[in-house]
Amino acid sequence: MTGRHTLASTHIGVAIAAFAVASAMGVLQALSVADVEFPRRSESLYYVSLTAHGVLMALVFTTFFIMGLGYVLAQECLGRITGRLGAWIAFALAAVGSVMAAVTILRGQSTVLYTFYPPMQAHPLFYIGATLLVVGSWIWGGVMIASYRSWRREHPGVPVPLSIHGMLAAVIVWYLATAGLAAEVLGMLIPWSLGMVDKVDPLVARTLFWWFGHPLVYFWLLPAYVLWYTVLPQVAGGRLFSDRLARMVFILFVVLSTPVGFHHQFSDPGISSGWKLAHTVLTYGVLYPSLVTAFTVIASLEVAGRMKGAKGLFDWIGRLPWSDPFFACIALAMIAFTFGGFGGAINAAYAMNTMVHNTAWIQGHFHVTLGTTVALSFMGATYWLLPRMLGRELRFRGLARVQPYLWFLGMALFSTSYHLAGLRGLPRRVYSASLTGEYGEAWHGLTKVAAAGGTILFLSALAFVTVVLATWVAGKKISPPAFEFAVSLRPATALTLWDRFGMWTVVAVVLLAVAYGYPLIHLLSQQRWGSPAFQPF
Amino acid sequence: MNVELYERIWMWAAAGLIVMFLGAIFLTAGLQAVQPPSHLETMDPTALIHYPEFANPAVVTRPDGSLVVSVVAETYAFTPDPIEVPANRPVTFRVTSSDVVHGFEIVGTNANAMAIPGYVSQFTVTFTKPGEYVIACHEYCGILHHGMVGKLIVK
Ligand code: HEM
Ligand SMILES: [Cu+2]
Ligand SMILES: [Cu+2]
Repeated sequence: MTGRHTLASTHIGVAIAAFAVASAMGVLQALSVADVEFPRRSESLYYVSLTAHGVLMALVFTTFFIMGLGYVLAQECLGRITGRLGAWIAFALAAVGSVMAAVTILRGQSTVLYTFYPPMQAHPLFYIGATLLVVGSWIWGGVMIASYRSWRREHPGVPVPLSIHGMLAAVIVWYLATAGLAAEVLGMLIPWSLGMVDKVDPLVARTLFWWFGHPLVYFWLLPAYVLWYTVLPQVAGGRLFSDRLARMVFILFVVLSTPVGFHHQFSDPGISSGWKLAHTVLTYGVLYPSLVTAFTVIASLEVAGRMKGAKGLFDWIGRLPWSDPFFACIALAMIAFTFGGFGGAINAAYAMNTMVHNTAWIQGHFHVTLGTTVALSFMGATYWLLPRMLGRELRFRGLARVQPYLWFLGMALFSTSYHLAGLRGLPRRVYSASLTGEYGEAWHGLTKVAAAGGTILFLSALAFVTVVLATWVAGKKISPPAFEFAVSLRPATALTLWDRFGMWTVVAVVLLAVAYGYPLIHLLSQQRWGSPAFQPF
Repeated sequence: MNVELYERIWMWAAAGLIVMFLGAIFLTAGLQAVQPPSHLETMDPTALIHYPEFANPAVVTRPDGSLVVSVVAETYAFTPDPIEVPANRPVTFRVTSSDVVHGFEIVGTNANAMAIPGYVSQFTVTFTKPGEYVIACHEYCGILHHGMVGKLIVK
């Protein structure tokens, strides 16, 4: 039994370590923006820690966690991980890459934030490290696909378990997304940072970055959805409402995730309003599978409540296991996501976008979506996984019970005040909300509330890390509980249109080629000069 | 429980909601010409001196009577500063950068654009309320990013 999940638990351990360091940085930033003095507060500390926070949270924590979750699901739902050696090589590459990038950041040589827009230039090892992380994740995707293929040969004509269906969708989204990043980093930034070319075009780089940058969020979200669909109804004591709708949802993400990036570039020159509009339409298109998910998952919870004897219209809500740490994490994550969804619909409408573009609103928005929906889902998953992966009982259960609520409270304060400050024009990524010491009045109260929220968030992160560490090293040995996945009210029995991954991938590639091909060719056919490098410090 | 019926209802309701959102955007795009800025004009960011407009960026009235403000963003200042414009008249901003990517946000208005080296962001706004406005750089541009502010005076 031991060793079955070593691969997965190693990845998840790295993910949580990155999360822990990044959380400490987060609270420093929140205090700094609010002008709360603390020892060693300085501009360089703020921007260094902001880069570290963004890279560790958005790239390292999420990627490692998803890789680990993928291995757990492959092992449990397919009964195999095909290519274990490759998986360990991938881990080594990704880990070495992350450490390389992190060291150059902490030494102040790569303070370019996680968006690393040129012509601001980082140390070459920052770009190379990030590349190794991505290469590792590509190999992980290959292992996931190989495991699926090998299972498929033994099970012709049978729909693959839903959790794997969702993870395969995430893998495809990831390949489509990282193609843009690879073009930017390998084709432009690495040769430039090594001095092999003198100049890069900042707008082409931004465009390639956002080709990657938005589907990146679906790469995080799909594994969370896998948990919502396949584990949550089970833990709540119910059934998955509709297996077929769930399969459709994942396929729609494969098709619609990538050609949406221009909604991050509404305020950029060089892209025609027609293409901006096309990406807006597609952005609203991706709202669709999320709305369907909201329905299916909530219906599944209602089924759970009713199976426990709930009567009236809302009685079922009270019967759900709100004191179970996994359940609480996911339920709160889902509540946060409805707010995130509203905000996203606003960001995607370009008239409203000009009000909030690059203001603190944006940080408010992605801390509810990424920082709460995704992060809480992964924290919940950790509570669910640890006993099963390690064969150890969760330590400090009480702490684990309050932790999700603490996170939700902290984020409510943090995110609401950032949204409001953004509406009042507070620009994002500032060391101090008073800017030059004169303009802060409209924002000060709000940033102070945000700092209080950030402190609560940090306490919640500490509680989470404490539970994880204590369980890992000192949890009582138990025989691991079984991995149980939700049964559907109407299980899928035959392959349908939604199981044809090859075909849908082709559709997605064609759509991507149209949505980015034409505008990029148009841009590249202009006379352009490019920019030499600038160091941020 | 008729799962299939509920599924159908929800699928159509969700689709309807999205069509409504998109309808609103298309309507405003069509009827009120609400469109994102989308200007394509390139130049050599290391040699702005060779482009008269950006060698001495200023507020000018063009021969056709339109009011144009050319702005250069450079770590850590905007030129010109302050910018003075009249109220209730359309003002076209043309913003570029001579070094890294900067932001150009006039706090409290819907003037909001990126300043990208090598390109010109162009957009038109009408300020209705006289007063002093803060212009903030909203894209991280280096260690004094938060200190990169300018002033707009609407008369
Ligand atoms: C302890 C909890 C957290 C706190 C206190 C916190 C706080 C902050 C603050 C204050 C900023 C800077 C905003 C600005 O100055 O404009 C920030 C940025 C950011 N945070 Fe968090 N955050 C937390 C958790 C998370 C989580 C869980 C994620 C994602 C998994 C996340 C992802 C990010 C990203 C991607 C940025 C943007 C960095 C950039 O602009 O380059 N944060 N956070
Ligand atoms: Cu700037
Ligand atoms: Cu700046």
